[in-house]
Amino acid sequence: MFKTVFPYLLTGISVGGQYALIAIGYTMVYGILRLINFAHGDVFMVAGIVMVYLNASGMPLWLSILLTLLITVIIGFAIERVAYKPLRSAPRMSIMISAIGVSYTLQNLVLYITGGLNQFYPKIPFISNTVSIFGVNTKMVTLVTPVLTAILVVALVQLINHTKIGMAMRAVSKDFETSQLMGIKINSVISTTFIIGSFLAAVGSMLYFTNYNTVIQTSGSMPGLKAFVAAVFGGIGSIPGAVIGAFIIGICENIIKGLDIILFKSGITKQNLGLATFSDAFTFALLIVILVVKPTGLFGEKTTDKV
Amino acid sequence: MKKILAILLVLMMVLPTVALADDMPVVKIGVFEPASGDNGAGGKQEMLGMQYANLETPTVVIGGTEYKVQLVYADNGSATDKAPSAASELVNQQVSVVLGSYGSGVSIAGSPIFEQAGIPAIGVTCTNPQVTLGNDHYFRICFLDPFQGTILANYAYNTLNVQVAYCLAELGNDYDVGLVHNFKQAFEALGGMVIDETFPTGTSDFTSYINNAIGYGAGVFFAPCSIAYTTLMIDQAAGLGVDFTLLGSDTWDNNKVLESTVGTNLNVMISTFYQEGGNKEFDEGFKAWLNSDAEALTNNGGNDIVAAMSAMGYDAYYVALEALKAAGTTDSKAVNAALWNVVYEGVSGKIAFLPETGDADRNEAYIKKANTENESWDFVAVATVD
Repeated sequence: MFKTVFPYLLTGISVGGQYALIAIGYTMVYGILRLINFAHGDVFMVAGIVMVYLNASGMPLWLSILLTLLITVIIGFAIERVAYKPLRSAPRMSIMISAIGVSYTLQNLVLYITGGLNQFYPKIPFISNTVSIFGVNTKMVTLVTPVLTAILVVALVQLINHTKIGMAMRAVSKDFETSQLMGIKINSVISTTFIIGSFLAAVGSMLYFTNYNTVIQTSGSMPGLKAFVAAVFGGIGSIPGAVIGAFIIGICENIIKGLDIILFKSGITKQNLGLATFSDAFTFALLIVILVVKPTGLFGEKTTDKV
Repeated sequence: MKKILAILLVLMMVLPTVALADDMPVVKIGVFEPASGDNGAGGKQEMLGMQYANLETPTVVIGGTEYKVQLVYADNGSATDKAPSAASELVNQQVSVVLGSYGSGVSIAGSPIFEQAGIPAIGVTCTNPQVTLGNDHYFRICFLDPFQGTILANYAYNTLNVQVAYCLAELGNDYDVGLVHNFKQAFEALGGMVIDETFPTGTSDFTSYINNAIGYGAGVFFAPCSIAYTTLMIDQAAGLGVDFTLLGSDTWDNNKVLESTVGTNLNVMISTFYQEGGNKEFDEGFKAWLNSDAEALTNNGGNDIVAAMSAMGYDAYYVALEALKAAGTTDSKAVNAALWNVVYEGVSGKIAFLPETGDADRNEAYIKKANTENESWDFVAVATVD
């Protein structure tokens, strides 16, 4: 039984870690700006494309990794400055539409550059290697992802709870206008949020594309959507919530994909039921159920409307 | 100032028509192919064949007048929701005949638009029977999925001696689902067992599906999916260290797919339309052109391997020319009527259309195996069905 379930669990944890890194970007931006940054999944995809092209230019791998992180951060920062900042006093709907616009712009830009051909992600040594764990073959990245995710999340939580910029972030997310009156530089706080979010998306893209080595212009949409679901699932605005939500979704999704054979091997069913087809449907059904039962998500703050 | 601008604009609109008037008359052939999306790589290879043929034979004599052949492109984006608008674009350009598309789903989606406009279409590598079924305007020059499914099932069962096959298809993709169905029918008729599963569009994590195949003890993993998914599957299968054969259909005959097998110890076998070396003159000319044109080389995946798609695209172009010659006019309805009787000896074999369906009369497919060391396809066998 364990031997049947284990490979799916392993993949689930790995995918969950990658969703988590993207989900943090969604949840942080939402916490501070009350904006669902639809372009975040595409920033993740662009990070992948940047890496492909940097590596193809012939520079050493460590340099292209560093440059990818840097360029992605700059892109995230620039998106906020160009497309969101001028709309800060506009209705929230306008800024959301602007986010959708950025998402399509990025996708089409990549479509133009790559000519629609799928690009192969460069192999990063060590994490691309195949390892055998309890008799199951997998890539090293599967084991590295949850560990790296945990380290980054702990570091991020420390940053938010114990530094001045972290305190400013918490203040801004509680009350935008009052914190402005108290002398917090709103613009730099928001920029920092986007920089952290883009950085994590870039790290996530390295782990993700090492596992799934093909990058096309739509590569960011599905992981982006799932990560968004994870963020809502865990309670949007809450970082631990986003991480736990991401792991739950990653694991459940993969268990569903393998459910047929698990049932088959344990003798409950005699034939293939075709359950794997429903893995995505399950993810979104889960979201609906959670929202109906607990509208703020698992760890969401209770909102009290003061009249 | 405004008046000058207006005059300039008018002049700009008039000038191109003036320039054309001096030239040879033009006959337009529509190229209905995906240049982007999941099948972009395949569509581009098919287009390369047409472009090369167009370069080789840029004019055609129709009814005693020499016409310049112009290829008009419309990108259907590998998506059935974008295909109708791409088809309309070609109709608006008043093309005489349409070539394409790569991918049966988009061909089916664009078909009614061509039918309404009375424009015939020649499918190049779309293998689903639905494409030509029940209409008079869609033709095709390749074999069909029931044939291909049977070929592959026979090969897996009889030659590879496999009892259990695992099939994977993209949910809602007419090509994938249809071919898996055909394979399953043939394989089960032989006495084998088939497990078939589907994955939703946009999936990039195939490890769980591959684990399923391992769990069921499958001897072949048959996944006739789009190229973007295929390369992911190959990489992940290599990572999981599988020992079954990965069986692919004509979509797998792509340089991106080949590239992803390099350095792995996978067993990748496919069925396809053409084997490099089938026509030396075409191979050499095509390679020389690829190597002289940087953009063409990029579109071919960065190397000069001749994909079957390109050979088929090349043949399709000449079939269209034959039809135009036979019609004696550029009128699309006349071309449609002439197409039924076209017989052409192409690089991929003899092409003649069957009455009623308009399918090519083909009974041969090539089985090729990926050489994971030097990035090429090794010829295995010519397969036929009695």
